[in-house]
Amino acid sequence: MQEAFATAVERWPRDGVPDDPVAWLVTVARHRAIDRLRRDRILRARVPELAVVDEPAPEEPVPTSVPDERLRLIFACCHPALARPAQTALTLRLLGGLSTTEVAHAFLVPEATMAQRLSRAKAKIRAAQIPFRIPPDDALPERLEAVLDVVYLVFNEGYAASAGDAHVRRSLCAEALRLADVIAELMPDEPEVLGLQALLLAHDARRDARVDHAGALVLLEDQDRSRWNAREADRATRIAAHALRLGPPRRYMLQAAIAVEHLHGPDWERIAALYSHLAALGPDPVVELNRAVAIALAGDVRDGLARIDALAPELARYHYFHAARADLLRRLGSHDEAALAYARALELAGNEAERAFLACRLGTTRSRSAPPARA
Amino acid sequence: MKVLLTLYGEERAAEEFSPEAGAQEMAAWQAFDQAARAAGVLIACEGLEGSHAATTVRVDGGARQVTDGPFIETKEQLGGFIVLDVRDLDEALEWAAKTPWNHDGCSTEIRPVMNYEAWMEATQEHATS
Repeated sequence: MQEAFATAVERWPRDGVPDDPVAWLVTVARHRAIDRLRRDRILRARVPELAVVDEPAPEEPVPTSVPDERLRLIFACCHPALARPAQTALTLRLLGGLSTTEVAHAFLVPEATMAQRLSRAKAKIRAAQIPFRIPPDDALPERLEAVLDVVYLVFNEGYAASAGDAHVRRSLCAEALRLADVIAELMPDEPEVLGLQALLLAHDARRDARVDHAGALVLLEDQDRSRWNAREADRATRIAAHALRLGPPRRYMLQAAIAVEHLHGPDWERIAALYSHLAALGPDPVVELNRAVAIALAGDVRDGLARIDALAPELARYHYFHAARADLLRRLGSHDEAALAYARALELAGNEAERAFLACRLGTTRSRSAPPARA
Repeated sequence: MKVLLTLYGEERAAEEFSPEAGAQEMAAWQAFDQAARAAGVLIACEGLEGSHAATTVRVDGGARQVTDGPFIETKEQLGGFIVLDVRDLDEALEWAAKTPWNHDGCSTEIRPVMNYEAWMEATQEHATS
């Protein structure tokens, strides 16, 4: 109740006194109480997992404008005293509900590496006494980038789940979209937030068309556009354009522009140019891989393939690397090499639908690579 | 928990400060010292003489060698230290933001003082596993 009064003191001069102030106070007090109970329950459930503190710090009200409990916890996990990969990995593990295997997949590292990264992060939290608490408002901007990464990775795991039969894990995607909406409401003038929101919407618009009725993967170029979600596609297009008007292009804004381009064109030259902008923001082998594919599809298949080959040291564990290589080799008519690359991609892919797709491609390529034996 | 804040940065000789700037610098540190003391978190806060005054003792192959100069010769040197008793890392970060060691090129490393019990327990767990 005390908190409800505090809220009243803060809001009534601004918003005006409600028609029934007593009822208002009671409602707010109840919501706050439920909220606090929930938060305490989650914290109690999570803190032992971290084995962080022996005795909980005395609860004190934190002035926060983050309206969503889960999002508040994500902001808490993204403490700047943890390295960025550790922040996101920890959040995905503890709040995104992903297994260590899935988190490892999301970061393209072996499971043992991820397990070690997570246990190091927990050791740092314990030794340095990093408090697992809702950050105050002034700490939100410095944690924003990490939070956006987490939301993106949650969506990604839902969109192309690394393990299990269900290609699309709707709940993870829906949760990521919901979180992006909440952040966009919280920070409506932050272009990167809008970029992420547009990016997720653009991907989600195509979700139903990505697999056929049998659950097999359908390539973008073969997708039935009537099965795309037109409302989401429109929103993505509008928000992506708005974000680019608000400030200089950054990672998610550019990725959103690319995803939107895929919904409308695709104009591969423009997509390759957008990837060049992305590459200029910082070295990222996955960006280089996509840029190489765009260059190939814009017409220069040999240049694309050469660029992909150069990425082998960094991306040899990534199944898309081998799949993309295989596709370009196939386009160049090198069916033997393409078959080898498809086989390698198949070994590395963790998801049933992707495995089925790659197995099918491998079959077609093999049948072309060797003349059928005569009886 | 106790934490050690070590302050690193490029060394500046006293002669580089004007009398006004010198007085300002000293007053800023006194203000920090008083605020941290009043909050009950301060254990120690000292500035150090420059690395020209440093002496390093190294033991190598059983021999003890005394040399002139700091442990590591770099542009950024240890310039001072603060020991605080705080609730957690966030409180340590808040105090680190309040020191006068916050102009361009300054670094403050925050290290928790060792939890001796946990350390002893860890050595024993390791032995039994």
